[in-house]
Amino acid sequence: MKAAPFAYCRPDTVDEAADVLAAGDAKVLAGGQSLVPVLAMRLGRPGTLVDITRLPELDTVAVADGELHVGAAVRQRRVERSPEVAAVPLIGRAMPFVGHRELRSRGTVCGSLAHADPAAELPAVAACLGASVVVRGPRGERVVPAREWVTGAMTTALGPDELVTGVRFPVAADGEGFGFAEIARRHGDFALAGVAVRVRGDQAVLAAFGVSDRPVVRELTVTDPTEAGLRPVTEALAAEVVDTDGDAHGSRGYRARLLGVLAARELARAHREAHA
Amino acid sequence: MTGPPARDEDAALVAGAGRFVDDLDPLPGTLVAAIVRSPHPHARLRSVDLSAARAHPGVVAVIGPDEVRAAVRPFPLSTSTPMPYLPAAVDVARYVGEPVAVVVASDRYVAEDAGELVEVDYEPLDVVVDTRTALEPAAVLLHPEAGTNVATDRSFSFGPVDAAFERAAHVVHGEYTFPRYSSVPMECYGVVAQWTDGADGPAVECWANFHGPFTMVPVAAGALGVPVSRFRLHVPADIGGSFGIKSGIYPYVVLMALASRHAGRPVRWTEDRVEHLLASSSGAGRAMGFSAAVSGDGVVEALRVDLVDDVGAYLRPPEPSTLYRCFGNITGAYDVPAVALRARAVVTNRAPTGLNRGFGGQQLYFGLERLMDAVAARTGLDVAEVRRRNLVRSFPHRTPTGGLYDSGDYRGALDLLLAKGGHDELRARQEAARAEGAYYGVGLALVVDPSGTNIGYVGLATPASERRPGRDKSGSTEIVRASVDLQGVVTVLLGSVPQGQGHATVARRVAADRLGLPVEQVRVVVDMDTASTPWTVTSGSYSSRFAPLVTSAVVAAVDRLAETVRAGASVLLGVSPEGLELADGSVRDPVSGRECAFRHAAGVVHWDPGALPAGAPARLATEGEFVPPEAVAATAEDRINSSLCYGFVAEMVGVRIDPDTLVVTLDRVATVHDAGTVLDPVLLEGQVLGALVHGLGGAAYEEFRYSPAGQPTSATFLDYLCPTSAETAFDLVSDHVVSPSPLTPLGAKGCGEGSSMSLPVAYANAVADALAPAGVVIDSLPLHGSVLHDLLM
Repeated sequence: MKAAPFAYCRPDTVDEAADVLAAGDAKVLAGGQSLVPVLAMRLGRPGTLVDITRLPELDTVAVADGELHVGAAVRQRRVERSPEVAAVPLIGRAMPFVGHRELRSRGTVCGSLAHADPAAELPAVAACLGASVVVRGPRGERVVPAREWVTGAMTTALGPDELVTGVRFPVAADGEGFGFAEIARRHGDFALAGVAVRVRGDQAVLAAFGVSDRPVVRELTVTDPTEAGLRPVTEALAAEVVDTDGDAHGSRGYRARLLGVLAARELARAHREAHA
Repeated sequence: MTGPPARDEDAALVAGAGRFVDDLDPLPGTLVAAIVRSPHPHARLRSVDLSAARAHPGVVAVIGPDEVRAAVRPFPLSTSTPMPYLPAAVDVARYVGEPVAVVVASDRYVAEDAGELVEVDYEPLDVVVDTRTALEPAAVLLHPEAGTNVATDRSFSFGPVDAAFERAAHVVHGEYTFPRYSSVPMECYGVVAQWTDGADGPAVECWANFHGPFTMVPVAAGALGVPVSRFRLHVPADIGGSFGIKSGIYPYVVLMALASRHAGRPVRWTEDRVEHLLASSSGAGRAMGFSAAVSGDGVVEALRVDLVDDVGAYLRPPEPSTLYRCFGNITGAYDVPAVALRARAVVTNRAPTGLNRGFGGQQLYFGLERLMDAVAARTGLDVAEVRRRNLVRSFPHRTPTGGLYDSGDYRGALDLLLAKGGHDELRARQEAARAEGAYYGVGLALVVDPSGTNIGYVGLATPASERRPGRDKSGSTEIVRASVDLQGVVTVLLGSVPQGQGHATVARRVAADRLGLPVEQVRVVVDMDTASTPWTVTSGSYSSRFAPLVTSAVVAAVDRLAETVRAGASVLLGVSPEGLELADGSVRDPVSGRECAFRHAAGVVHWDPGALPAGAPARLATEGEFVPPEAVAATAEDRINSSLCYGFVAEMVGVRIDPDTLVVTLDRVATVHDAGTVLDPVLLEGQVLGALVHGLGGAAYEEFRYSPAGQPTSATFLDYLCPTSAETAFDLVSDHVVSPSPLTPLGAKGCGEGSSMSLPVAYANAVADALAPAGVVIDSLPLHGSVLHDLLM
């Protein structure tokens, strides 16, 4: 359980980091909470690791132009504890479910997006809110809508020669309500099924995770906002979107059951909040 | 935190000053090993090419099948079935993770790099993974020369079993399976081994976080062809947990000794977590059938028990002991006069099994206590009432299999459990839940908790007719060394190889109490070095031996010291030694009231032994042994008292199950233990809670699973889920009854394993009770939402 040999590089600027990545066979090291075990088990063996954790340009959290900007070097725990997170309540709701506090003190928000585990919370939050992922590469900077970001299990729109520099979440507007819930075998495990929800008026956006190879986003109109009234809708939705094979922790049928229950609960909660 | 830590060990541990095997560097110039393991569950080794690995820079030696075959004999097994077991595959690999080669290099990175250069040409073979499938005549055979996958198959019958079943008002039967799981010690295996060739022949010196030596040192020495006297084992003072799991380390000690022989240098191997979860050890899986002959009023008159253990690819010693460790208490807490038992172990393409906290008890009681619920259901009695009617009532109690329950108050413990655990309150919660369509269940388990095993049970795997006269086995002797120095400070040397239990704390207090000294005047040294620490073939930390056996030997040793100190005091006090009392750091003549300091009395023995009364002992360095009474070899009728002491656990679990998500929440765990005299209430509480959480792991979270093709599917902590602190926030009610053992000087029994045997089935009984309205059958573990969803579909 020792990594195969690799070169390590800690650039001083984002441009330098982008240059190393452009040269090929390199991986970005930020929090390392997923990458380091992959290296240790020799499931991945990049030639070069580009450590971006000391790049001041990427270590910023700020609200500007109606968006919360989170740089690629920012740890999850810092976002969780920052005053700015109040602008995006859904992040605050989701963050306690991201691993454990110890992991969040290392792991980064953008690292979670780049890793794109199908059961991860933050890609679902980003997809639910319509966030934007900012990417730098040899062809310059581009912005990828979060809903187009994940292209499959652990696969994203990021090119091998590109670097995620940050993510922008839309700030919550008046009259919006949110909901977030997941069920895992144990606290801190990847979810068997989970939902992130935003309600505005009678319009809801729901991102389901843990149930497919990527977050699944659905928009719907809430007619009966009670949990009981929503259940037929969410159960039908769950039957449609759950396409994972399941495993010993959660069969496909169980995950669909969970999604139907959690989606109704959180839609009802978000609706109450939006209309409070 | 207020006050001093509960244990003498804690200050060093919390300060990072522990001395674990990886902290030690006993032999300068030690090289580092990595192990190449089979990725196949069953494959012939067509060829193994080590040349590229040997040529890799930094590599000193690489050993593979040729080296193992040439130098290592198969480990001696407790059955004669031809299923030879070596520390590495030599012709066929039989489970994923089985060692195939060892690379010795300058560091672990280089060793792993070179390990990738070992070229093995595998010819995959068909696999057998399922326990019951392995029994079938047409099953794939792991060891074709045996002609069967059944490593041992013995049948026993005690008392009028058939007659009881013929006249029974009810015959209640259940089929159950028990999963493989571990206790997952925080520290994985670690070995430093050195092979030397001296004038007397080869010798091995090793350091390992193995909680032995017990029978495994002779087994390992035998495999290497080295006399036990030249196989020297050092056990570090600190071991980061084992719970039995580290008994699987000895094949690696052998492998590293061989690697050292080829490297010409000492070799260190530190198991990593992937290796540990893949191939170290686990409790045996079990398929079992239980039948009860029950009278009209719910009394169990006889049991028929059919046990089939999945021991993995080899019958790795001390297997098949999972079948026999609870032999004397196979009827559990109940007064059942007749029992028939068939005990089988089968090999499968899974990793070998072994000791795991509760050893054999969690498997046994899962069947027996599920069955008692079935008896209740059939007779219409409440689950507590049916148990009460069958409990053993008078002690000592002889079981039909030969067990001798030394003491107990089972009804008293059950009553305390129901009252203090709030049985009526939990039943009210159940009623309220059911009224609103929700699920709530209450589960009971009453188990006998054996401690201080009698090694004689190992003999049961061999039919009585084949057991050779003069080669019987019995007992579990412990020996402790103790001394008093020139300043009157007492040192107790413990070879009890603790893994975190706090042995030093307890031994210190026992010795101080016995000698009438403040604890500050007693120190405990924990050190197992087979060249200098007294040990026997049963020495080690397993089967809750410390409280009943080791503390008894501490008592014997310090009592001998006391005798000498009295003789010294008699010189200072001018009276005869008899009747002198040791208290408050002094030796006192109760007649005159005169006294002298303990240290002055000891000083006389050290400085002026010529003054001692004629014939008085002058020995201030001595040993005390404890030879357990009632621990004799198996009889010709195959009866055996398989443990010295038998404690008791009464446990009750309340679970709430969300009817929507089917998430199971532990609402309450109530547990009443009888461990005889309580030596340290804080440490006892710690053992109870720890055992509960281990049991919870098996009940709800942990399982070593394999795909039908034989690939492990829970080989990382992503899939092998241990309960964490977040899963242990349940409402816990814990209490004790005290029935001192008449067989130990302090009356103490073991207490480290009880709830790891009872909690899994208590949890299952609670879940079954909760889902009874849905007609769901619960016959296996672990139980969690997804399992329940699939059962309800």
